[in-house]
Order: sequence, then C-alpha cells, then structure tokens
Amino acid sequence: MGSIASVLAQRIALGLLLLFLVSLLIFVGTILLPGDVAQQILGQSATPEALANLREELGVNRPPVERYLDWLGGLLTGDLGTALTSGQDINEAIGRRLANTLFLAFWAAIIAVPLAIFLGLLAVRYRDRWPDKSISATTLTTISMPEFVIGYILMFILGVKLNWFSPTAVGYRPDADLLTRLDSIAIPILVLTLVVLAHMMRMTRAAILNVMQSAYIETAELKGLTRFAVISRHAFPNSISPVINVIMLNLAYLVVGVVVVEVVFVYPGMGQYLVDHVTKRDIPVVQACGMIFATIYIGLNLIADLVSILANPRLRHPR
Amino acid sequence: MTEPLVRVRDLRIGATVYPPNEKPHDIEIVHGVDFDLESGRVLGLIGESGAGKSTIGLATLAFGRGGIKITGGEVWVNGRDILQTSRTDVRSLRGGEVSYVSQSAAASFNPAKKILDQVVEASVRYGKFSRSEAESRAVDLFEQLGLPEPETIGNRYPHQVSGGQLQRCMTALALCPQPQLVIFDEPTTALDVTTQIDVLAAIKKAIHETGVAAVYITHDLAVVAQVSDAIMVLRLGDMVEYGTTQQIINSPKQEYTKALVSVRSIEHPENTPTDEPILRCIDITASYPRTKLDVLTDVNVEIHAGQTLAVVGESGSGKSTLARVITGLLPPRIGRLVFDGQELTPDLASRSREDLRQLQMIYQMADVAMNPRHTVGTIIGRPVEFYFGLKGEEKRQRVIDLLDEIEMGIDFIDRYPAELSGGQKQRVCIARALAAKPKLIICDEVTSALDPLVADGILRLLLDLQRIENVAYLFITHDIATVRAIADSIAVMYQGRVQRYGGKSKVLSPPYDDYTDLLLSSVPEMRLGWLEDVLENRQMESAGN
Repeated sequence: MGSIASVLAQRIALGLLLLFLVSLLIFVGTILLPGDVAQQILGQSATPEALANLREELGVNRPPVERYLDWLGGLLTGDLGTALTSGQDINEAIGRRLANTLFLAFWAAIIAVPLAIFLGLLAVRYRDRWPDKSISATTLTTISMPEFVIGYILMFILGVKLNWFSPTAVGYRPDADLLTRLDSIAIPILVLTLVVLAHMMRMTRAAILNVMQSAYIETAELKGLTRFAVISRHAFPNSISPVINVIMLNLAYLVVGVVVVEVVFVYPGMGQYLVDHVTKRDIPVVQACGMIFATIYIGLNLIADLVSILANPRLRHPR
Repeated sequence: MTEPLVRVRDLRIGATVYPPNEKPHDIEIVHGVDFDLESGRVLGLIGESGAGKSTIGLATLAFGRGGIKITGGEVWVNGRDILQTSRTDVRSLRGGEVSYVSQSAAASFNPAKKILDQVVEASVRYGKFSRSEAESRAVDLFEQLGLPEPETIGNRYPHQVSGGQLQRCMTALALCPQPQLVIFDEPTTALDVTTQIDVLAAIKKAIHETGVAAVYITHDLAVVAQVSDAIMVLRLGDMVEYGTTQQIINSPKQEYTKALVSVRSIEHPENTPTDEPILRCIDITASYPRTKLDVLTDVNVEIHAGQTLAVVGESGSGKSTLARVITGLLPPRIGRLVFDGQELTPDLASRSREDLRQLQMIYQMADVAMNPRHTVGTIIGRPVEFYFGLKGEEKRQRVIDLLDEIEMGIDFIDRYPAELSGGQKQRVCIARALAAKPKLIICDEVTSALDPLVADGILRLLLDLQRIENVAYLFITHDIATVRAIADSIAVMYQGRVQRYGGKSKVLSPPYDDYTDLLLSSVPEMRLGWLEDVLENRQMESAGN
C-alpha cells in the first residue's frame, strides 16, 4: 500500500502548488482589469480629490506585491477580505451563496451522472441501432444549444404554459422546506442536466466500447450472461478511469459554469454574485470567487485522479 | 440407441472477409464437419491455424467470434439443436451445460474482479447453486486442480497469480457450474513447457474425476495424444482424418496427418567450434534501470562464425534480456562484448553504422515488426539503401535476389504485409536481416508464433542460408525440439544464469543437472502414456506453478 500513499501525497502536493499558481494568475489578472472601483462608487461627478481620497482609504494604491502578500496571507488564514463597494465581509456573503450554488449543482449531478452512465450503457447495448442513435442525437442537440436558449424554452413550456414548476428561482429561500426549494430550482436542474449529459454519456459509451473487444468480455458472454449484464458488470468496471475524469470535469462545470443559468433564473448563487461584482469593479470579491472556483476545479480533478488510481486493482492490490 | 451428448452434422461456418483492394465478401471457413461425442469422452481437434478448430469448438456454444456466423448444419446438445433454439435457451446452455476454457487465461479473466467472483458467476446466475454452495464447489475445484491455498486463492485478483495458476483457475471457472461438456481451446499453448505439463495433468485429472465430456483443441499432436480418446484432424475447414487416438498417432492414414506426426524431422549435425568466435559475451551482469535485481548474472557465452548458439529457457529466464544486451538496447552493468575481435561499445547510440550492420535481428511477431503501409520491396530495400547506398535498379535487383533467397520471388515485391501468410511474413523479416549482410543474426523466438509445418520450413530456410552466407545465429527459444533441429551449441538459462553450456551433443546427453532434466523431460512426446511416465519420474518441481 506504500505506493498508493506516496502517489496520493504527490497528487495533493501538486494540487496545492497548482492552487498557489492560480492565486498568482488571478491576482495579476484582476489588477490588469480596466476600470476603477472609486469611480464606480462615487459616480461620474466625483472630484479628483474625492477619488484620490477614496482610493487611499480602500488601499488600492498600495504596491501590488504588498497587496498580493496581504491577500495571500488572508487566504491562508481563511479570510477572504471585505468587499470594497459594500464593506461587507466576503466570507459571510460568499458562504451563503456558495451553499446555494452547491445545492443546485448537487441535485443536477444526482440526476445527470447516473442518467449519463445508464444512457451510455444503453447506447453500447444497442450499438448502432435506433436507441443508440437517438440517444446520441438528443444529447448532442442539447449540448449544442446555449444554456440560456434551453433555459428560456423550458421556462416557457414547463413554467409558464404547463405551470408544472416555478418558472424562475426568484422565490428561492434557503430556509424553506426541501420540496419548495426543489420546486424553485427544478427547471435550472433540468437545464444543467441537459447541458452536461452528452459529454459524460459519450465518454461512457466510448470507454466501454473500447473494452468490449477484450477476451474477458467473450468469457462473460460464454457464461451465458445477458448482453446488458456483460456490459454493466464486466465492461463498465474496466472503463471507470476515463469516465470518472469526464464526470469530474462536468461536476466542476456544474459549480463553476452555472453563471449563465443562475443569471437567467435569478438564482442567488455564486454566479450571480460574481457577475454583480465584476460590473462594480469590486476586485476582492472577484478574486475570492476566482479562488473558490479554482479550488473546486482542482479538488474535483484530484478526486478523479484518486478514484482512477483506486479503480485499478493492480495498484490497489499489488502482487 | 441412446442419443450422444453432442451430435454435430454437416456444420458449416462462414465469415465476411475484407481483403485489401477488394470488395468485402463472404467465405466459408468450415465446410461441413460431423462428429459425435458421448458423455465423459474427450475429442481432440487438431490442425494448424485457419483449420477451424476454435470456430468448431465455439459452435457447440452457438457462438461465433467477431464476424463469424454459423451458416448451416445441426449442432445437437442434450437432445436439442442449439442453432434453432431461443436466445434464452442458448444463454442457459452457456451458463450450465457447455463451458469454455480459452488459450489465454490472463486475457480471459476480468482484471477488475476477484477470481472467485468470476468462477462462481455462471452457477449463481443460473440458479444451479446458491452462492455459498458455488463457493465451496470452487474451493474443491481449486484443490483438485492443485492450486496453492485453495481456500483463499479465489480472493485474489487475476494479476496476483501466475500464468499457470490462472489457467487452472480458468478450468475451475469452466467446471464450476457442473457442465456436461467443456471446450478446452489450446489451454496450455501459452505456458512454459514445465508449467504446461502440470496444467495438462491437472486438466486430465479434472476431466477424469468429474466425468465431463471435453473437446480439446490444440495444434500440438503430442499434447492432445495425452488427454483425448479420439482425434479429428482438420485442415482449412475440412476434416482430414477422424479416428481413435491410438490409430491417429500410431498408424495415420492421410498424408497430412503423417506430416503432422513426423514434424520436426530436421537433421542438423553439430559443427565443432572454430578458433576465433564471432561474438564473446564476457561476465555479463545486467539489470533494468531503476531496479536492483540482476536479470542476468555472470553470463559467458561464445558464438562462432557460421554457427548457431541456441539460448533456451523459460519465460523470465533472461534470454531476451541477453539479446537486448548484445544489441546495445540495455548496456550491461558489468561485463563486456567482443565482436569479431573488437570490443563492442555497450550502448546502441555509440556504435558505428558498420557495427550495426554486422548484427541484425529477427523477431517473434513478424506482423508488428514490419510497417503495414510499406510494400515488401520497400521493407527489404530499406537496409540495402541504408547500409550500401544502393538506389534505383541496383537496389531493386538486390531485393529480387533476396526474395529468391527466401524462396518467395519477384511476385511479392509490391505486396503489403497484410497480404502475406504468417510464414511469408517471417521470411520477409529474414530477408530484411540478410539484406545488411550481417555476420550475426539474433533470432528471438522466430518460430514460436508459427504452425509446426510452417516453422519447419523457416528453420530449413535458416539452415540453408547459414550454409550459403556463413552467418551465425543466436537463436533464442523455449522449444527444445527447435534447439535439437538447428543448434551447434546450447546455453540453458535459468533465473538469469547459464545453467548448462556447451556443444549440442554434450548439453543434450546425460548426466543432466536437475533443471535441464526437468526442461527436457517436460517436452511432450508423441506417444500415449507419456504424461504419466514423466510425472512419475520427476526430480524437481517446476518453478512456474
């Protein structure tokens, strides 16, 4: 087991290094952004003196290296700083919104991942026949359409015409009961599912087809197993590694890439928060959001790596 | 009259072929085969590749590999024609009545699942046994098949047991659902001889004790003679001869069967060593990078001009590593190489083109040793141009000469490897090696992937070429029969050391050391009762079981 532990440690160290590099990149990127937070706060009519005073007060005039080290120190102690425009504590504001975003992503993943794998298995079972082709056609169509188009279409049909679910997430309250909360995000969940389904489904299909040529698949068939049992019990366990990587990329997308969906459905998540503060040139908030997204991305990919290492019996059980 | 367990009538099997430059079309690969098999009897199917042995075996499971389809005839198992029955019935046939043991257990076990789970799967799925009954059956079978730690070996993953053990696990997998018929498809071909003999004995014992009927498929007549009651000889999808084992081995009627029985009749008198060897390996000790284990230890061998040194041993004995050291792919840790009186630099990159030319290689897998997109002419022409700078008509003439030397001729010059048979591909590889006019050719298991009669042809060709070109061979093989056929001197390797070394007659005459004795006695002989005789007289347990 020694080899696994060392591989784990190596991956985690690599992840931390990556996070550090990302923090540099985010910091440099955000200070290069055009615009001026003081101008945003005081408006067009502000006098140059007032602007200068406010900049001094907000500390945006200090040298970049000093600001970076300050910020990095804050990150390491878990302090994301305060928003420039509202003076609000970012930790607190983001905490609530992150919980909302994760709630949405969680339910989308709960539906999308098993569905994608099941559809992938089904596509292999009926390879090149109509079920395979229609699964491919449908999922490719939904992935090709921008989220806001699917979003508005579903909002119109399911929310307005059929009135099955609440058309937007305006009424979303984190303290409401689960059913009410799910009702208000039902359509966003559906949109996200449709967006991430195709990628995972196609990878599952391709990875399984890849191992279907193996001799042990023939052994399984010659045991008299049904075709679906051969695929799900013998082929799938050997295709976990490539599939899990794609699943994790998509989970990361569910957290990080939901900006558009949150805005369309007016959902009080990270995306909405980020967009608001980009327009206000509120650099600390943008930086904080960037770091959180990066952490989630790197963390999920780390998990993908670990799972695919653990899925390999040769590594799990050395000779 | 009672119905036999299996009755096959006029079985016809077809496949779609996709030849290059032609339209895909259907061909028939088995042309009407008949046989009966009673409960508890063993039928041997024998023939070269392409004879349709495996295809016929799998037909008794109503299965066709890849694009293979059963196109006609009847296959009766347990009183019903399985080609006409429902899919559900075919599945229960495969799950409980007929099972299959494949050539490569290593590839046929699912790497992601424990052995025991795979062994009991069919029995449990078809409700023949409960999970716990099936598991205790599996443990009994593991024990019967002579596997170590039968209680716990099932909890291991396939990569955690050796090849010989896995092949026995595969037999347990086949026997676990208590089938009435087992198809053994070359179950020992991929194993070392000393392992083969144990697996063969285990299979024979299991067949005997369970009273199961079996079809035993192999290209090795000597192996099938040990286990079967009757033998069917097949060639290109036709039945050539069908009789009792006794009759086929001792008094074959057909010419083809006679050729199979008398294969390996090459006589090659031993040459005495000349004064100056062409290659001397001095105190070679080698290990792979980043490992501490020495794969070769203190190897001292010599090869003389125009003669053959056969390096023989089982997988893992270090034979191929020796070849890598000599070619410079793996510089030795200790020791040196002297080629034609000159010190040879240890690593490939620092050798001169002249050194490279003098030393050529031929590989086991001719298919993968050639670029599939090059024609035969290009493949052979490449070293002609590279080493001698010949171009145009001169180069073409040299390629044609070489094609004549390998008995193929100018017709083949524009063909692609895919259009050649296995033996022809290996001949092209020989011509490519010869094109450099080397003094030494390293032949790494060059006949192992070929059918016996084709391999014979290759060996004869190599001997003829040796006489004409005065080229020396370092011949790596695990096959003692090949060694007898072509060697002048022999080095027996075991666990990275040269166990026994000298002229052919000296190495192959008693008194033997224990390992050489084990190796020599494990080579199947074409007579009934050989297996029992050997197992009785063994001095040493084989390593690989």
